Amino acid sequence: MTVQATPPNFGQTIYGKSRRGRHGYHISSRPTEAPRDIPREYLRDGGIGLPEVSEPQVMRHYVELSTKNHHIDKDLFPLGSCTMKYNPKVNDDVAAMTGFAGLHPEQGDADAQGALEVMYRLERLLAAVSGMDAVSVQPAAGAQGEMLGLLLARAYFADRGVSRHKVLVPDSAHGTNPATATIVGFQAQTIQSGRDGRIDLDVLRSALDDDVAVLMLTVPNTLGLFEKNIGDIVELVHKHGGLCYMDGANMNALMGQARPGDFGFDMMHYNLHKTFSTPHGGGGPGSGPVAVKSFLEPFLPTPRVVEKDGVFSLDYQRPQSVGALHSFFGNFGIYLRAYTYITRLGSDGIRRASSTAILNANYLAKRIASRFPIPYGERCMHEFVATGEPLKKYGVRTLDVAKRLLDFGFYAPTVYFPLTVPEALMVEPTETESKETLDRFAEALLQIAREAEESPEVLTSAPTKTPVRRLDETTANRHPVVTVPMV
Amino acid sequence: MPYTYHTDDERDAMLRALGVKSEDELVDVIPEKYHLRSLLPIEKGRTEPETLRVMSLLSRANRPAGHLVSFLGGGVYDHTVPSVVKNLTSRPEFATAYTPYQAEASQGTLQVIFEFQTHISRLTRLPVANASMYDGATALAEACLMAAKITGRDVVLVPRALNPRYLRVVRSYVSGQQIEIRTIPSTAAGDIDDAALKRELGDQVAALVVQTPNYFGVLERAWEFERDVHAAGALVVASVDPVSLSLLRPPGEWGADIAVGECQPLGNEMSYGGPLVGFIACKQDYIRQMPGRIVSATRDVDGRDAFVLVLQTREQHIRREKATSNICTNQGLLATRTCIYLSLLGEHGFTELGRVCHARARKLADMIAACDGYALAYPGPFFREFVVACPADADAVVAAARPENVLAGIPLARYFGPAARQHLLVAVTEKHQDEDFDKLCAVLKRAALVKVG
Amino acid sequence: MDFKNVRFTKDHEWVRFADSGDEVTIGITDFAAGELGDIVYVELPKVGGEVRAAASMGTIEAVKTVADLYAPVSGVVSAVNAALEQGPDLVNQDPYGDGWFVRLKMSNRKELDALMDQAAYQKMIGK
Repeated sequence: MTVQATPPNFGQTIYGKSRRGRHGYHISSRPTEAPRDIPREYLRDGGIGLPEVSEPQVMRHYVELSTKNHHIDKDLFPLGSCTMKYNPKVNDDVAAMTGFAGLHPEQGDADAQGALEVMYRLERLLAAVSGMDAVSVQPAAGAQGEMLGLLLARAYFADRGVSRHKVLVPDSAHGTNPATATIVGFQAQTIQSGRDGRIDLDVLRSALDDDVAVLMLTVPNTLGLFEKNIGDIVELVHKHGGLCYMDGANMNALMGQARPGDFGFDMMHYNLHKTFSTPHGGGGPGSGPVAVKSFLEPFLPTPRVVEKDGVFSLDYQRPQSVGALHSFFGNFGIYLRAYTYITRLGSDGIRRASSTAILNANYLAKRIASRFPIPYGERCMHEFVATGEPLKKYGVRTLDVAKRLLDFGFYAPTVYFPLTVPEALMVEPTETESKETLDRFAEALLQIAREAEESPEVLTSAPTKTPVRRLDETTANRHPVVTVPMV
Repeated sequence: MPYTYHTDDERDAMLRALGVKSEDELVDVIPEKYHLRSLLPIEKGRTEPETLRVMSLLSRANRPAGHLVSFLGGGVYDHTVPSVVKNLTSRPEFATAYTPYQAEASQGTLQVIFEFQTHISRLTRLPVANASMYDGATALAEACLMAAKITGRDVVLVPRALNPRYLRVVRSYVSGQQIEIRTIPSTAAGDIDDAALKRELGDQVAALVVQTPNYFGVLERAWEFERDVHAAGALVVASVDPVSLSLLRPPGEWGADIAVGECQPLGNEMSYGGPLVGFIACKQDYIRQMPGRIVSATRDVDGRDAFVLVLQTREQHIRREKATSNICTNQGLLATRTCIYLSLLGEHGFTELGRVCHARARKLADMIAACDGYALAYPGPFFREFVVACPADADAVVAAARPENVLAGIPLARYFGPAARQHLLVAVTEKHQDEDFDKLCAVLKRAALVKVG
Repeated sequence: MDFKNVRFTKDHEWVRFADSGDEVTIGITDFAAGELGDIVYVELPKVGGEVRAAASMGTIEAVKTVADLYAPVSGVVSAVNAALEQGPDLVNQDPYGDGWFVRLKMSNRKELDALMDQAAYQKMIGK
């Protein structure tokens, strides 16, 4: 990658389009003046430095920017463990209803009966899907859900007068698992997966002692494989007095088919922006509710929603609560969407969704395995991990495959994760894709494999059909330019 | 089944290709004893019209502040959301896009984040800003962790007048890191007690948090702390309302090393307190300690201007247990709304916003102070929010106001105990009309009479 | 380049020593730099700090990966290469020369004997 001769110019940003004197939006129809009751020393000296553009200009600028994005209403995002399923528009309309959008969180409970009922009923739905007893919808994302899970564990052990320091995480785990362990003050310890990609009971046994607080597992794991020995795994951990936490990123494979509570997990988090269709928004907001067995309920964050004689209220009187992870009640507008989705699908829809997701993943795996082998076998759940290793001999890496897929109008699958498979391609189509899209995607991958053999430079120079081509990430990381510089 | 495609024929073709008779065979990787044989004990599915009907009923069971005369603030505010903001962010290109890891297919999202970072940097006058945080509370919590890591120290000083809901979150976040929170008392004027602060500044202190305006709306003389705090080897962490930065001296100019805040007031709905969207900005030296996503400008192989996520090696997916934070998402769509909001209002509209909010707040404060029995609890400089000292319990005032469809404010006993029971926190935005002020004063006057009677 | 006075660790660090005295210079091999790709940032230990053989004393960042920098031998840090802060690309361009990382005052010269010479290192990386 060549070093840039000249630094980027910012003409295409909203700042580059700014013209002195333009005033896009008026708050007041009369001229305003600086406040006279605030002494000068508190006030800004000089301008703020924001752009000066007109309203139509703002529309054109951001409409044009939007066209440079791939999005799920355009075409497939086969990202493993992201569950990029269709985002139903009715969910957005519900979230925009003024009765919900216009509620201030400091309003009395009497003003928010509808919202509180949504929270209350959602908690029970999520408890039913997980086979657990109590739920908190407060965590603002999956990572915050994990944080809550570990805070709960710490509170649980402290309550028993015990202090444990270790959290066990398989080597196939998502990075948030060990990162969260560290933030909460635990020591993350990685355990090696077995040859079949799953937890090795002997390895687990030798890692377990009475300093292990929690085992964090994703089920099915990031290879799309179900932990057949989950019963034994959980029993082992419990025998040593530890707790079992499930990262629910892959719930799209389990919902309606099996319940983590039945496997023996003590707690888990959901990713509503994955399993329950809330929109990704270009990187958020998400929502990461946590479900727990009843013995952990006293430690859940406040406030809790309670119901008495059909009236809902917020209860802050929870002396053993770990406190709060969010200013208020979590991402209400997001889990409201999830509630709409879950009730729309219902018990029958949920089960069909997961079995269709599993069907789609298996079908796709079968279609591409001849050129992109699947090290742990073609029978998977809702996702599978293939390897681009066979293409290495042509000088082509999985990164090049990913970039070339962009030329075909697809987003690339997750690449180089999990760390246990070299040149990994983690693929999850979800249930909201058609057979023809799956076939089209498979054809593209097979063609890419042919291109690797016949004309690898097509791959190493991809993408060529996107608004920009491969980027100079090296210079950007060495000398980041994170704002339009002030002139 | 909604949102899926397969006809029976297509399903059969796929099953045949896999050599199985039904989907159940595929799902049977789940051992028998766990595999549910019947549906979950929840209601069956509905159509979209039925869903809308049920959800409308639930929505109408609420009495949103948006439909009442509301003076509620405390970190979440009822500002106008411009139509342009709603229109643009309902586009699927923004709403349904993924995290911009594949930069070539995500330039829209990346440039929006870059513009957001720039807006925040202009507001705060700190050179580095990230792609946003979950909310102002967690942004402050992460800033405290950052300061502890940078200085290698384990005490964080917070003012008594810090937003109490932020404080709860900060406590949760520092609990795993052996970091101690110490509270600096307020003066009678409602601001940080200088003398008490000087006594606490020692070589264990990682940071002083300065919130201005603070929870009471009171403005701190923030520039007075910098010298002592830095001399003690600690950092200044500023927690600020971005709307106030339209008028007030920015943290970068009064010595803040890190600045955080809540962008909900800038183009986002109140939505019962979530989702919200926090920001974090810092000095250049600390860029590698900053949590969350960061976008940089760059060029592509053909020399085109482009944008890309950088410094990902700080983040959890690479650094794992040594990551600066565990944060994975930013509040993408809400940061997009704030970005468009600030672009639209721009230099002139945003300045107007601050001036109008404060002028309205000043007017209401003067009207209330003229009501018998009522006074401003803190008569010094404030911005758009202030505390009223009531002749009766503030709870009673709020209760008396509600039947008149007025949400009078936040009774501070809720967070500051019985000593604050006559204190009411009142917030004003550009939406308030003079008749709203008249209504509130009428309610206050009546409540005072009741107490006397 | 003369590798007579250079030894290598299994983690691809090199250490150059003099015939006498305990000053050594440490860096990473061109093989390591090649595997990592463009180096974007280097985190080095503090001057005056003590390091232990085989313990991590810093990090090396490429665009999408981060690797630990392990101390080949124990000692006290006498200097770090300040040029790497603005110019991390020196590591890719001249890994055995201008791209050096750390200078140490060795505490135990015998630790050098446990390390590989150039021939053994070349064998390990399969060249």
